[in-house]
Amino acid sequence: MFDSEYFNLGYLDTLSYRDTAIHRLDPRAKLLATLLFIVTVVSFPKYEIAGLLPFFLFPVLLFALADIPVRFIMKKVLLVSSFAFFIGIFNPAIDRRIVSSFFGVPVSGGWISFLSIMMKFLLTITSALLLIATTSFPGICHALQKLGMPEVFVSQLLFLYRYLFVLTEETMRLVRARDMRSFGKKGTGMRSFAHLIGTLFLRTVERAERIYQAMLSRGFSGRLHSVRPYRFSGADAAFLLSTAAALYLFRAHDVVGAVGRLSMRAF
Amino acid sequence: MHMADALLSPAVGATFWAGTLGTIGYCAKKLKENMDDKMVPLMGVLGAFIFAAQMINFTIPGTGSSGHLGGGMILAILLGPYAGFIVMASVLTIQAFFFADGGLLALGCNIWNLGIYPCFIAYPLIYKALVRDDSPPKRITIAAMISGIVALQLGAFSVVIETLLSGRSELPFRTFVLMMQPIHLGIGIVEGFVTAAVINFIRASRPEILQSAASGRPLSARVSIKRVFIGLLIVAALTGGALSWFASANPDGLEWSIAKVFGRPELPEKGGIATALQSVQKKTAFLPDYSFKKPDGAEEGRGGASWPAVEPGTSVSGIVGSALVLAAVFLIGLLIRALRRKSA
Repeated sequence: MFDSEYFNLGYLDTLSYRDTAIHRLDPRAKLLATLLFIVTVVSFPKYEIAGLLPFFLFPVLLFALADIPVRFIMKKVLLVSSFAFFIGIFNPAIDRRIVSSFFGVPVSGGWISFLSIMMKFLLTITSALLLIATTSFPGICHALQKLGMPEVFVSQLLFLYRYLFVLTEETMRLVRARDMRSFGKKGTGMRSFAHLIGTLFLRTVERAERIYQAMLSRGFSGRLHSVRPYRFSGADAAFLLSTAAALYLFRAHDVVGAVGRLSMRAF
Repeated sequence: MHMADALLSPAVGATFWAGTLGTIGYCAKKLKENMDDKMVPLMGVLGAFIFAAQMINFTIPGTGSSGHLGGGMILAILLGPYAGFIVMASVLTIQAFFFADGGLLALGCNIWNLGIYPCFIAYPLIYKALVRDDSPPKRITIAAMISGIVALQLGAFSVVIETLLSGRSELPFRTFVLMMQPIHLGIGIVEGFVTAAVINFIRASRPEILQSAASGRPLSARVSIKRVFIGLLIVAALTGGALSWFASANPDGLEWSIAKVFGRPELPEKGGIATALQSVQKKTAFLPDYSFKKPDGAEEGRGGASWPAVEPGTSVSGIVGSALVLAAVFLIGLLIRALRRKSA
């Protein structure tokens, strides 16, 4: 499990360095569009289902245009679904008012609101993962800084990201060593865990000191600079504006109802 | 106990983001004033350390289940509240991006729940008050235990409040609280115990690290605590405001939203309350709801007055519309993919 988590992290990172039209967009445009998308989806009332359907267009477009493996992302979405599911599943149990019927089967309000929660969950989490799969993390940090995040926090994020992989590998070695000595359950308790973490901490502090000295000798003066230039081009503006327009259209108008009525009239 | 986007309303999500961003800004300002450059790599690498440490499972005695570390308390004790909060926020941000733990809107809530309480309540008010530089290990254990439990209880309670304010879940307050608090009591005890063990281990092997952490970034004067508290009060008031705002906007979401579940766009004109609500909702909703009147929608809205009996015609057209929209969406995706494969 540990190894696979690490692998997933690295794989997402690799995906973000691909070169497609979506990947080339400015991180600011993608970050803002994603946030806008999430807020719009979440702003739907509790019993909304039909209105959410057109929003699947966004993740589908991103998957297709950026060539992101669907199954990999869906697996990750499934992994984190527990909390929303666990809280949402109480709705059908509590709200039993029959409010509708689906081909003669009565449907309670609780099931509808539960379905709505799960659809919102799917949309928001998928879009967040697609953002990181199409944008390098340093790019996102750059966008955050340009959008006014304090510098301390942004450099903290960059450092954390840089050393994440180093420390995870070191931790994997520690855990492997512990597991080899512990023959199943013995030795995996809290006390040995605390010592493990303590050792890891001391090594980390020593590493930080070495890093600091290395940085000093390269002229570090308290701030981090980015070599890669980011430019907010016309294409980025067009992407952001068209996303916003589409989001507004899907939110303010009953697209599903219109399509349904049109097709009924046609037949 | 990561809060999830799907359970949040935009108002609640935005309110907690505002509180979180304000705190990040405040901490950044504090750190800028009295931080030497050495802290930059230390904080970054410690964030990676917490991240890695969270991945190690350990068995919880007597239960056979396994737990892992949260880390907020350890960071507050090792780095002080300001740097500790920034590091915790960065860890949660990375988790939100790479593991989609909760989601991006809920990130504000998650940083609030797991960062503010350990760093600005449990650490200064409990841990700091109980522990001196020369306190024996037992005292540290007790202090870490209590503060770990308090921080997690507050965090769990916040999740309850955030969920209830958003109004997406049907769970009543009592049931939800009775469900969340005991679970997190257990988690808090484990967290406290592990925190204490790690702190004691570090104290035994490299005591100077803890001393520099405690002296370098102190909660310097009482004033700063006071300021943090005033900040907390303001945010609490804002949250309360958001609650009443939304409560007044939809006293019963069912009334006006059910009619639209299967694609019926408008509210039956019952006059009085319904129209009043509609106008309130239109004015206060984060985005204009699509229940506004459409010129061609008049004939469809009639059956809605008795909403439990769904008019079959509209319902079928709603279902047909849904199916068509979904099919179109996925066809577009498949088409683009096929075209790309061909050209590649």
